[in-house]
Amino acid sequence: MTNAQLIAGDPGWLIAVKGLLVFVLCVLLTLMSVWGERRIVARMQQRLGPNRVGPFGLIQSLADGVKLALKEDLIPAAADKIVFIIAPIISATTCFMSFAVIPFTGEVKLFGKVTAMQLTDIPVGVLYILSIASVGVYGIVLAGWSSGSTYPLLGGLRSSAQVISYEIAMGLSLVAVFIYAGSMSTSEIVAAQDHWWYSVVLFPSFLIYAISMVGETNRAPFDLAEAEGELVGGFHTEYSSLKFALFFLAEYVNIIAVSALATTLFLGGYHAVPGLGFTEQWLGGWFTMVWFFAKVILFFFIFVWLRGTLPRMRYDQFMQFGWKVLIPVSLAWILIVATLRVLSLNGAPKAATVAFASTVVLLVMLVNFAFESAKNKRKNAPIAEVADPEFAIPQMPIKIPTINVSTGQKGDQ
Amino acid sequence: MSENIEPMKRKEISVNDIEFAQTEQKGPKGLFTQMQGFWVTFATMFKKVNTVNYPEVKEPTAPRFHGRHQLNRYEDGLEKCIGCELCAWACPADAIYVEGAANTEDNRMSPGERYGRVYQINYLRCIFCGLCIEACPTRALTMTNEYELADETRAKLIFEKDDLLAPLRAGMLMPPHPMYPNTTDTNYYKNEIKSSHPSQEVSK
Repeated sequence: MTNAQLIAGDPGWLIAVKGLLVFVLCVLLTLMSVWGERRIVARMQQRLGPNRVGPFGLIQSLADGVKLALKEDLIPAAADKIVFIIAPIISATTCFMSFAVIPFTGEVKLFGKVTAMQLTDIPVGVLYILSIASVGVYGIVLAGWSSGSTYPLLGGLRSSAQVISYEIAMGLSLVAVFIYAGSMSTSEIVAAQDHWWYSVVLFPSFLIYAISMVGETNRAPFDLAEAEGELVGGFHTEYSSLKFALFFLAEYVNIIAVSALATTLFLGGYHAVPGLGFTEQWLGGWFTMVWFFAKVILFFFIFVWLRGTLPRMRYDQFMQFGWKVLIPVSLAWILIVATLRVLSLNGAPKAATVAFASTVVLLVMLVNFAFESAKNKRKNAPIAEVADPEFAIPQMPIKIPTINVSTGQKGDQ
Repeated sequence: MSENIEPMKRKEISVNDIEFAQTEQKGPKGLFTQMQGFWVTFATMFKKVNTVNYPEVKEPTAPRFHGRHQLNRYEDGLEKCIGCELCAWACPADAIYVEGAANTEDNRMSPGERYGRVYQINYLRCIFCGLCIEACPTRALTMTNEYELADETRAKLIFEKDDLLAPLRAGMLMPPHPMYPNTTDTNYYKNEIKSSHPSQEVSK
């Protein structure tokens, strides 16, 4: 039975229980991931990280949450009160909502009912997630605007511009998955990956999704809108206490959400690693949840790894990368995938497929060659003569001694 | 003034004549080279951490670490402080307050004429620069390696003379008591007093 059929018979109370479970899971995962991130980043910097509160510092983030909740809740005089309060609520709720269509397990028994750990399975599940993510941007925009202050406004604009641009690349990268799976339902996409994960079959899509999901969640190295230690906090500068906690929660739930989506669409969802399929029957099917979260945590680790390794990008570089590289590449990739899919569905001869593939490879090489030669031409272009300035400028030294930096030796004077 | 600044005659030097500093930088070359950073952070995770678990593990300070102050004594127990206030004057943070008073035959705290009757160091102000130690003419004021000075109230962080005085060691007597027989403050200053004399014990 497919997940959709399993879920169809759920009574109301079971849906409520599942909703609660998903919510609790998300909050717990957020608390753990904040702690985990701090510990892992600390190890990458040869530190220990939080290890004081509870065993291994496990309830550090809970303590931080309590501290945040007990802080004074300030609303600036210039703020638009109602919008100021609504904005964090939009941010926090939308990121939870995307978990509704994520399948956590296959067929399991919950309180004597045979079902699947998936709140609902709509035919356009992934589209629903994308649209919910877009609504989440309103939280950022409204927070920045309603604060009644310049920095949050600028931060909010930057953040939303970033999220929106990377959502396009993200959406486009998913199109190839839709074409191959023939469905937008999350559970059917998982089922379609029975033989090969889409991270292998559609590797370019996976790569584009992985990059854009980091941009989408405002995380390092794309965290330039918040840029701790360089700028003020971005859109949430004026927020304090529980409202700030909601934004904080939203950021981490969002990370888990995009990781969960990546797991579902590219890493075979709740299915076991190829070769370990027998483990899916353990614990009455509940072991699939272990596989699911193992993959999500793997993604989360990559998020942390990126943060620990890469320096922050400049805003214009970041935008250029999104619009001029990711989006055109994913568009071209969709064309190729669509053509290949049509060829194989119509039972075209193998020769035609091979011919098409080699043409594509040749075209890519040609474009690359043209790009490189243009770059070389630009590099070798003569420096334009500059007219004499009218104003006084300091004299240039006749000769600057050359120093070879790599060997540290002084050249001839 | 204006004669010094002339417009640059750019025609005299062509851009090609200028030899710029040549730097051979190992910039990003291939994808693999760029990925090396990931290995660095990954490998660091398995290295020994540098953190000292402070309250549980206390590492000794450097021998000349600037910690809490101490008012020293001579070997017979008399205080070295003469109440001259040079430390207070040297202090850039105005953290030291001293009031001197005259020694009398009945109430002798230090050899010589005067002693420090009131001696306070405000550790909310002290910056541990050690200028007071340099200023002290009798080496009465030195610094220890003790650094755990945090406390709950402001009042507790103003250390009085009792808090700062060095403890009595063997052979020392608690002042006030007379000086070592047949000595002057010069003998004390030259560090010729090695222990207290029985006659210095005052019956109370």
